[in-house]
Amino acid sequence: MSTKKVISGNYTASYASMLCRAEVVPAYPITPQTTIVEKIAEFVASGQMKAQYINVESEHSAMAACISAALTGVRTFTATSAHGLVLMHEMLHWAAGARTPVIMANINRALAPPWNVWADHTDSMSQRDTGWIQIYCSSNQEVLDTLILCYKVCEQPDIMLPAMVNLDAFILSHTSEVVDVPDQKEVDDFLPQFNPEIKLDVDEPLSFGTLAFPSSWYMEWRYKIQHAHDLAAKRLVEEAKAFEKHFGRPWGGLIEEYRSKDAEIILVTMSTIASTTKDVVDSLRDQGRDVGLVRIKSFRPFPTKDLREALGHAKVVGVADRSHTFGNEGPLFTEVKGALYNHDRRPPLVGFTVGIGGRDVLGSTIEGLYDHLEKVADGEAYKEVRWIDLIGDEEEVV
Amino acid sequence: MAGKKLPLPEEELMDPGHVGCLGCGGCHAMRYTLKATGPRTIISIPACCWAVMPGVYPNTCFNIPHINTAFEVTAASISGIRAALDARGIEDITVLGWAGDGGTADIGIQALSGMVERGTKAMYIMYDNEAYMNTGIQRSSSTPIGAWTTTTQVGKVRDYKRAPKKNMVEIMVAHGIPYTATANIAWPKDLIAKVKKAMAVDGPSFIHIFAPCPTGWRYPPDRTLEIARMATHAKIFPLYEVENGVYTVKKFKKEASISEYMMMQGRFRHLTQEEIGSISESVVRWYDKLLKFELMTQEE
Ligand SMILES: Cc1ncc(C[n+]2csc(CCOP(=O)(O)OP(=O)(O)O)c2C)c(N)n1
Ligand code: SF4
Ligand SMILES: [Mg+2]
Repeated sequence: MSTKKVISGNYTASYASMLCRAEVVPAYPITPQTTIVEKIAEFVASGQMKAQYINVESEHSAMAACISAALTGVRTFTATSAHGLVLMHEMLHWAAGARTPVIMANINRALAPPWNVWADHTDSMSQRDTGWIQIYCSSNQEVLDTLILCYKVCEQPDIMLPAMVNLDAFILSHTSEVVDVPDQKEVDDFLPQFNPEIKLDVDEPLSFGTLAFPSSWYMEWRYKIQHAHDLAAKRLVEEAKAFEKHFGRPWGGLIEEYRSKDAEIILVTMSTIASTTKDVVDSLRDQGRDVGLVRIKSFRPFPTKDLREALGHAKVVGVADRSHTFGNEGPLFTEVKGALYNHDRRPPLVGFTVGIGGRDVLGSTIEGLYDHLEKVADGEAYKEVRWIDLIGDEEEVV
Repeated sequence: MAGKKLPLPEEELMDPGHVGCLGCGGCHAMRYTLKATGPRTIISIPACCWAVMPGVYPNTCFNIPHINTAFEVTAASISGIRAALDARGIEDITVLGWAGDGGTADIGIQALSGMVERGTKAMYIMYDNEAYMNTGIQRSSSTPIGAWTTTTQVGKVRDYKRAPKKNMVEIMVAHGIPYTATANIAWPKDLIAKVKKAMAVDGPSFIHIFAPCPTGWRYPPDRTLEIARMATHAKIFPLYEVENGVYTVKKFKKEASISEYMMMQGRFRHLTQEEIGSISESVVRWYDKLLKFELMTQEE
């Protein structure tokens, strides 16, 4: 029997780690992640959760401890945000290279300077190439379900990849919603204990991560990580079906299509901006405007095939990025363009950099994007990348 | 000594075939340590000479489970291993972190400090070759005063290492660590006894092993043990242990000359007798202080 709880995105992540029976939790505080690890400390102290809680001295060490614990054969969980995540950078590469299914919640927050603790995807986008699966959530329920699903998929012997489950700072991390929290038995039935065949074991001693030369095996190891991502893309969808059957709730696929199948004008975005966009789509549809939304949930593995199918028919596609690759454009925009380039149907694409450092992305902001896209659809000249809602004149600033 | 067999454990957990240099002191250090720990040991090794020495994939010279980890995270890595074993109720395994002086006294000191402060049951060994050897003899904070390295070059405007060696054992004592000691590959029985003591500690332990490096110290490989022995006899590397704050210093009748020790190694050859004289004074000062610590703490 599940229970309905009104909890924040952060507490949802804490509950998920307990329900998934994470056995080792190295923890380090950072706003706005802190309440996740505080809640876990409370669970452990009360005896509800049987985990080894390590008060590490940094996020870098948190990830190092997760990796070594996972290689010893146990389930691990940690959570971080912004500076904590980028401090982990070296170890993020290590986690994927060592093929450890470490699962982590990351609260998407801006990087300093200037200090800013609000929603921004720069922290996780700059970890794109570390080999981690990256999922972006737009509701607290999705946080819980994604964490369970990630353990299920990542621990499979042919996957063995780490996964980062992303929540927007405050907008999700500190907002309470009704969450359907399954009971322990339900989760146990879906997610068996992690017992990898290959681990640090005194009865079968192996060396992990020894020197590999250019001529042999290093490149093959890297190829296998790509292969595991390809498998994970399929496995996430398959296991989501099993999840739905088990918990009675859909998780869906790597992308979510919202009134976009018959839309001429589609906005692609992620996370909580997508939730706002759904409302805007509904009201614009009521006005008879031909708009839809495609939400990318899985940024890694990147859903190239799904996007081609979902966007090929559009007259124009906009991509709203909550981060920016300096010297170029929004990273999501680059990736979506890349996905469509070799497709036979290639609509014009416009990139919007929005909501940086937690600047509000209001319904009116999104409506403005659709207004702009409609003009592009009508053949008006357009700028490929726009920064939205800058204070002052955009042209002056840019 | 010729022909006399040392009464050491027979078991070899490090097979022949490592790829360290001829005469590598770090190699002896590992071999003796594993003889002490036995096979129920998990070892974590960061970037250092020993990251390469076990061999090239898929080979390994170890007969114990072993992971490579990043340069600065040895102590965090063994914290994770210990936590994982605790999670599964496994108690009879020694968790060993094995790092160089750079990986310990420099880049890894934060993680080490964290682990010791938390009281994690794990053994941390720093094998000290007094520089970053894996990357080709660069200065570390454990490089002794006066030494040439490739980043403390001796040129027209002389610039050997001016700062004294960082004392890791004292830093561990300041953490209130239950057991810490120095050991030297020239005294394997003592080394093994110390590792065994460390294993028995219900908490963190730290051993600093003196491990001469012919390649980096610029001496012929067959003099490794001789140099190791001289370092202790000359009191440059005193052998002592600190158990719950109580110091015990190993005393030797035999003495060796600091100047002779230094002149055997290319890395010190540029020093004048005057400079060696002032280094000698600081060696004696520290040794006298150690004896006072011993007296003071044993009385308490
Ligand atoms: C973050 C990071 N910085 C630098 C290096 C390069 N590096 C590898 S080993 C090493 C020196 C190791 O010195 P030490 O710990 O004393 O071990 P030794 O090689 O002397 O045995 C350095 C600088 C690295 N691997 N990682
Ligand atoms: S450089 Fe020195 S420490 Fe490294 S393997 Fe060679 S002798 Fe040993
Ligand atoms: Mg060294």
